[in-house]
Amino acid sequence: MADDATIDEICVTAIADGFRGDGEILCNPIGNVPVIAGRLAKATFESDMVMTDTVSVLAANTIPVGDPDAERLVEAWMPYRDLFDIVWSGRRHIVMGASQIDPYGNQNFAAIGDWKKPKAQLLGLRGAPGNLVNNTTSYWIPNHSTRSFVEKVDVVSGPGYDRVSELSGWIQSNHEIRQIVSNLGVLNFSNQEKRMQLVSCHPNVTVEEIIGATGFELLVPDEVEETRIPTKEELELIREVIDPHGLRKAEFAKK
Amino acid sequence: MGCPSVEVVIDKKMTETEVIEELSDGMTIGIGGWGSRRKPMSLVRAIACSNLKDLTIVSYGGPEVGLLCATGKIRKAIYGFVSLDSIALEPHFRNAKQEGIIETGELDEGAFYLGLLAAAHRMPFYPTRAGLGSDMLMMNPEIKTIESPYESSNGEKGEELVAIPALNLDVSLIHMNRADSQGNGQFLGPDLYFDDLFAKAAKRTFMSCEKIIPTEDFLKEGSVHTLKIPRLFVDGVIEAPRGAHFTECPPDYGRDEIFQSEYAASAKDLQSWESFKQKYLEVTSHQEYLKAVDSRTQIEESQNG
Repeated sequence: MADDATIDEICVTAIADGFRGDGEILCNPIGNVPVIAGRLAKATFESDMVMTDTVSVLAANTIPVGDPDAERLVEAWMPYRDLFDIVWSGRRHIVMGASQIDPYGNQNFAAIGDWKKPKAQLLGLRGAPGNLVNNTTSYWIPNHSTRSFVEKVDVVSGPGYDRVSELSGWIQSNHEIRQIVSNLGVLNFSNQEKRMQLVSCHPNVTVEEIIGATGFELLVPDEVEETRIPTKEELELIREVIDPHGLRKAEFAKK
Repeated sequence: MGCPSVEVVIDKKMTETEVIEELSDGMTIGIGGWGSRRKPMSLVRAIACSNLKDLTIVSYGGPEVGLLCATGKIRKAIYGFVSLDSIALEPHFRNAKQEGIIETGELDEGAFYLGLLAAAHRMPFYPTRAGLGSDMLMMNPEIKTIESPYESSNGEKGEELVAIPALNLDVSLIHMNRADSQGNGQFLGPDLYFDDLFAKAAKRTFMSCEKIIPTEDFLKEGSVHTLKIPRLFVDGVIEAPRGAHFTECPPDYGRDEIFQSEYAASAKDLQSWESFKQKYLEVTSHQEYLKAVDSRTQIEESQNG
């Protein structure tokens, strides 16, 4: 255990822990912090996973983020068309962002306001509709607040458990929102109601703070753990091998 | 006596101006590439400077969508996303969307692929589960669902599927690294994206390229696997060196990030846009555009040096 771990590194290992047990699937995190987490998981406890170089190949080695010239041990060609085949095969776990998320995990990163003439046009639906009904999904939300954790999202890009409960048995058995990691804690849907519940608070964050930063009634179990601290080995990998330039810090700059 | 040599004498070489003459108001135009990658920008700028209007643009969108929004060419954009990659949101597209001045057909990225595939195969639709449960169907009320005619393996009755309609295109515009004058195209970068499907989904395809080469030189440039655009799907070939600028076109060149930032900044207000337009759009040819781009770099170099 390493006591000098910072919040960005604690979030990285929390996201990495979401890949435990995944085995030989495509680990497909989007964005710097999730990519660092995926590469850490693959370099340590989930070595069977495959990962892209974020461009067009599957690379077997641990490559640093933000280094387009890093050496790649190429194991397969993965142009975008083949990536869709993997989505539809179900052998994939994606980590996406969410500008808004609701108690059942409905996610929006398409638009704020009326989608036809939005107050703010965001990324759009992207691949979220297809991802959610085909493969496992997790979310990384670096700004946990009542603006991002909302009672009702403005647009549903990725459907949550209430909407999916009305769809086919096939979709219900392929849809899984594994976990949500925010800058404050870890949350999931592991309960009968499939409603968002608190799993752990990051060090120095209280349950009350998380409840206050959530715009809906969050299920809070009697025992809420503290999110684990990265090990010494994990910290070395993060700091020296996977993210030597500290790109993971950028999303926390103003927090 | 040796084998008689079979020589193809077709010559499909054209200029950007000649391509514009083949287009008309209200057309549905597919554009190849992906985000800010290997976009046929010399053709896109030619449309931006033309009198064409009311176009429907179909693409994995990048700066072509923003540029054609900003110049008032687009009635409707159909897309999987619109992004500049290193700048997550296309700012001119964002403006147009927030002002409500364009119609949009926003599809799941994979569903968009199936729409192109259906058009390429002359099918009315291809089925998928993408869109069920999300707001995609609410946003695209013309897209219908169908019941699978087959029982699932666990004996459930036919499941509901989304029937993604064919994205039939009047014209497609794509950009390749190399082509011959007969219309065969070659990509040398890491990803073809969906350019072959754009060509097959369209009634006519115009293909710009970095360099026109003799057919016998293709295999000196890359392996046979890079020859994905056969001439039977191509109607015109436009030689446009740096024709994808400022988007990337590896291995010939990377993205011009500095120029892309300048382009993005031009969405800030009318004055910035007018200045950008005057410098880089109100030029007579692709060559003049490149001169304007290069003179700017030279100014920077002399200021820095």
